[in-house]
Amino acid sequence: MTDLTKMKVAEARDALRAGDMTSVELTEACLGAIDAADALGAFVHKTPEIAMEQARAADARIKGGEAPSLCGIPMGIKDLFCTRGVPSQAASRILEGFRPEYESTVTGKLFDAGAVMLGKLNMDEFAMGSSNETSCYGNAVNPWRRGNDDTALTPGGSSGGSAAAVAADLCLAATGTDTGGSIRQPAAFTGITGIKPTYGRCSRWGIVAFASSLDQAGPMTKDVRDAAILLQAMCGHDPKDSTSAELAVPDFEAMLTGDIRGKTIGIPREYHMDGMPDEIEALWARGRDMLADAGARIVDISLPHTRYALPTYYVIAPAEASSNLARYDGVRYGHRARLSQGEGINDMYEKTRAEGFGAEVQRRVMVGTYVLSAGFYDAYYNRARKVRTLIKKDFEDAFAAGVDAILTPATPSAAFGLGEMQDADPVQMYLNDVFTVTVNLAGLPGVSVPAGLDKQGLPLGLQLIGRPWEEGDLLNTAYALERAAGFVEKPAKWW
Amino acid sequence: MSIDTDTAARVAKLARIRVEDDQLPALAQEFSNILDFIEQLNEVDVEGVEPMVSVTPMRLKRRQDGVTDGNQQDKILSNAPDAREGFFAVPKVVE
Repeated sequence: MTDLTKMKVAEARDALRAGDMTSVELTEACLGAIDAADALGAFVHKTPEIAMEQARAADARIKGGEAPSLCGIPMGIKDLFCTRGVPSQAASRILEGFRPEYESTVTGKLFDAGAVMLGKLNMDEFAMGSSNETSCYGNAVNPWRRGNDDTALTPGGSSGGSAAAVAADLCLAATGTDTGGSIRQPAAFTGITGIKPTYGRCSRWGIVAFASSLDQAGPMTKDVRDAAILLQAMCGHDPKDSTSAELAVPDFEAMLTGDIRGKTIGIPREYHMDGMPDEIEALWARGRDMLADAGARIVDISLPHTRYALPTYYVIAPAEASSNLARYDGVRYGHRARLSQGEGINDMYEKTRAEGFGAEVQRRVMVGTYVLSAGFYDAYYNRARKVRTLIKKDFEDAFAAGVDAILTPATPSAAFGLGEMQDADPVQMYLNDVFTVTVNLAGLPGVSVPAGLDKQGLPLGLQLIGRPWEEGDLLNTAYALERAAGFVEKPAKWW
Repeated sequence: MSIDTDTAARVAKLARIRVEDDQLPALAQEFSNILDFIEQLNEVDVEGVEPMVSVTPMRLKRRQDGVTDGNQQDKILSNAPDAREGFFAVPKVVE
């Protein structure tokens, strides 16, 4: 029965509709795989009772002839999504014990479509990190290893638990969120597919906010078709999120023809970084050839402000985080510090936040406070917002010149060892997002597709960046790349 | 830009995060490194460039300023670390 967990969403959907298996069987198989995989640190709150109840309801729905796309499909949910009555703590001590009285719009849509929730998934605290090492639950571990070396590797971050769970076949798919690369980088590190849609496609309502002008939810799946199926269910206008787009959601799966003849793919020269490993350069060149062989026209393009994307991000994201995280004050929910005799409300705020936030979150909140403070607002925050305008214009110019999608590496390296970056400057860790962060700043859709293994046997991904609101076209290009790359490798089970 | 420990202490205070005195020098050093990184932005010519307010061109929706829900005091208070008699309880604020 354990092979059931290896199924893709599309296969499982078809088998459930055909009556070849039940959601209860599939869900039980996943729950078994999850219980045997605690070493991966992926599932941090397991919800077997909810899963079985949802599976039984899904089976009844399928029997009744009414089976939406995700009916009976067992999934993992990133801990950043508020799920009614289930711990939702953004991997932070400060939200310990928090059980929302409401359901996020995205998870609500998934459950309406019949999805089954297996549990909540590990992540970096408040989605701040690129290695899942800032989580209050401890590390999530990559199911992939370097050959026979048993060094524990990061699954990436911040959606590290989601990536590890999908790559290890603990669930058929998972939700992620992406503020600077948090879906695409972990997808690349674990050999799976992840898409961040255009800003405004998915409602942010009920997702714990990190940087509101950058945050977007998206699916993390075993292939491009599954990403299309999940994204379809997650998208759509929501009056509860004022930045949610009032646009029709096309049938993304139906757009997967694999035909990209006549499409123009841009290769941005600024993404050739100094010190980038040869293997990443070689993979990128192979991806370019694959798309050319599939009939696309390849053009070299320039995105001149690329090198300023990370510094811009590290002003804007902390600034927004410092505002968003001001709500964690120990009054309405979550952790409150114990006070000594004579201590007042400011002591309560300061002690609560010192105890509740981890080091990276504290650092970012304080950097954000600094760049927004009187006297520095113009020099840092306003300047970063102006550079952000220029970064977006780089992409607009490329699209106006006829480019349909842009091909880049997903990450500057393969997965690294847990703890290996511990002594590094925080800025070194930030460099992980060098290829992904531009996409958030410009609000564009971006997808990471596994495209090969490095010399050590670790997966590497390529990223495709699309025009705003054209996720369907982008997924089709990703589908063509996926077929040409033919990546089918799975991690050898050690857990 | 170099951040001194006084500035680090002031920022921690503004952010309402307690930082012990012996931690301030390390914090100031981290701020300095991050700000050095950020200061690359000074190389960019931003003359005449509008600061971004919305990444997708959209007019924010308006709605009636009316009551749309309510009567859920128990739900509002259900996660409070200290709730008494239908209120959030906090240490004394006004002397």
